[in-house]
Amino acid sequence: MGNSEAIAAAFADGPAYVPYLVVGDPDYESSKAYVEALDRGGADVIELGLPFSEPIAEGSTIQEALVRALDAGMTPERFFAFAEELDVDAALVCMTYYNLIYQYGDETGPRPFVERAAAAGIEGLVVPDLPAEEADPLREACDEFGLDLVFIVAPTTRGDRLDRMMENVSGYVYVQARLGTTGARDDVSDQTTESLDRLREYDVPKAVGFGISTGEHAERIVAGGADGIIVGSALVDVVAEGVAEDLSTDEVADRLEALSRELTEGAERGYRSWTTPAESA
Amino acid sequence: MSETESSTSEVGELSRRPGRERGREDGKFGRYGGQYVPEALMPAIEELADAYERYVLNNEDGFMDEFRERLADFGGRPTPLQRADRLSERYDTEVYLKREDLLHGGAHKLNNALGQVLLAKYMGKERIIAETGAGQHGTATAMAAAHLDMPCTIYMGERDINRQRPNVFRMKLNGSEVKPVTTGRGTLKEAISETMRDWAATVEDTHYVIGSIVGPHPFPVMVRDFQAVISEEAREQTVEKTGGLPTDVVACAGGGSNTMGAFADFVDDESVALHAVEAGGSTLEVDEEAGVAPNSASLFAGEEGVLHGARTKLLQDSDGQIMESHSVSSGLDYAGVGPELAYLVDEGRVDPVAVDDDAALEGFHRLSNTEGIIPALETAHAFGYLEEHHEDLGERVVVNVSGRGDKDLDAAIEETDQRDVPNAPDMSMFTGGM
Repeated sequence: MGNSEAIAAAFADGPAYVPYLVVGDPDYESSKAYVEALDRGGADVIELGLPFSEPIAEGSTIQEALVRALDAGMTPERFFAFAEELDVDAALVCMTYYNLIYQYGDETGPRPFVERAAAAGIEGLVVPDLPAEEADPLREACDEFGLDLVFIVAPTTRGDRLDRMMENVSGYVYVQARLGTTGARDDVSDQTTESLDRLREYDVPKAVGFGISTGEHAERIVAGGADGIIVGSALVDVVAEGVAEDLSTDEVADRLEALSRELTEGAERGYRSWTTPAESA
Repeated sequence: MSETESSTSEVGELSRRPGRERGREDGKFGRYGGQYVPEALMPAIEELADAYERYVLNNEDGFMDEFRERLADFGGRPTPLQRADRLSERYDTEVYLKREDLLHGGAHKLNNALGQVLLAKYMGKERIIAETGAGQHGTATAMAAAHLDMPCTIYMGERDINRQRPNVFRMKLNGSEVKPVTTGRGTLKEAISETMRDWAATVEDTHYVIGSIVGPHPFPVMVRDFQAVISEEAREQTVEKTGGLPTDVVACAGGGSNTMGAFADFVDDESVALHAVEAGGSTLEVDEEAGVAPNSASLFAGEEGVLHGARTKLLQDSDGQIMESHSVSSGLDYAGVGPELAYLVDEGRVDPVAVDDDAALEGFHRLSNTEGIIPALETAHAFGYLEEHHEDLGERVVVNVSGRGDKDLDAAIEETDQRDVPNAPDMSMFTGGM
């Protein structure tokens, strides 16, 4: 169920690791090295954040990263150039807010943005301020150019809304692990388990995000039935530490790769625990 | 028929006036409006839309009766429609002032804040959050929350906190927590984003009192309906005092709540011209490279886009990044405007005009020294427009005095000091320089 073969393949064999970084944070070249480090660390899909000035769904970690990237001159056009220059195996997804998609190009409406994204090798879109009710024009453009449109399912999403959303989703569904904004946490919420239970009947990969920061979190989430984990703030924190401590690009990239390995290994452990329970017991 | 039944049917009739039907069904005003919010908020917005229909439109459990009663007893409604004798003489036209500055709290904001806090109570919510620019909405929400015994947290940009200390004190006096917002430039748009973040985490027991006709459906229609009492009264009072409708209604426009409140029941009166006066700031030019609009004139200079839950007219750069706006009045300092106003402007029903900071300050001093009314700096824009364009207006003009200026005295002194305002008082003998 989806337009992108690359995204389907990413979820086909074992749990998918879906890291997120803000493109251009803290600058264009470092950011490229960081995204490539995620790929070496085992990323299956990489969510690339295109900065918007009013990111209402983000917590302070990602908001500050978006500001750093905007201050360093990130624009939609540079974002696409960045995607084209990347040397990665993972499928690329663009995460941004609707106004940037709507304004791109000479005419308003989502089609020019999606056409350009497809040309840049983007396989899917996540748009946190675009609920299924308002998504028809973007969905049509995504179908035309072969992109997946990923929706976020919140702990509060139930009933008809959930059905409507699941009719529209493609690629994977982004399961919001808890209420609130993005940001690394120290525990795993019961809301995650409840959300996964509610989604079990829908035949689409379920990737859980919001608050995952360690291999142990990844293990527990995948053991709980997730098909993938989405990690943003914990990785953006590594970039922010690099800025604060004035670390070299290589040092930060190494840390990102190491954290990525920890997360993928955690996810693999979680996967083994429910595919082969006898062995793990 | 008992008094209660009579008031119920009257309320029902009022809420069904044609001018108030627009946008109710699906939250759309032509191409504007909608519900562009994170998924986590959608159930809360649906719950609110349902409560709006039941309590506001259908007066379930006597909600509207209680609202009207509290507006009268706690709020002090109806506010007067006053003939402005000196201004009428100056402009050789009949000028009437709708005195929302006399509403409890000193601004029209209480109409909406009281309505929403009461609605939250009817919905069984346990906590109120709000954001504020100039502090008028925050103050009104804090008052309404204290009045109705609801805990309340107000987000306010750090820069606005420094500009509006008396209002911060008033909010705290009324028992609200005031949280400074330090992101961005620390003004209203950052405070709105921060409040939405709080709401995303607390949505199950918290109601977000949006302060203007902005945001996702049903906020634009609901806030308009709570504020429509301004035009409802102004229309009746004008007919009563003069035997006819006004030729023009003038109101300042930031987000647009006092504007739509003043216009709502006149929209279907085609003979009445409606003028929305925006903050022209220092210039209507924008600095695209710096991402700054030295004005807050989104109806006048904005482009269609999506922000804070709705599609509307926005001050934005060519990529769609939202610009920092500016106005001498922090209450108008917002990069967007209500979707209904954007629609009515496109339809040619509302005339968008802009008045710069200098003219607004002149308007501030003029109303003060000719009529004995010190207006809010927001309101002063409407009087700046009157001074500049009175010859274009008809014979009977109603100006909405959206709020009183006590909160703005520090800002007015500072801004007056930086300019040569011809009608400002000479304070040099008292301060050693003004």
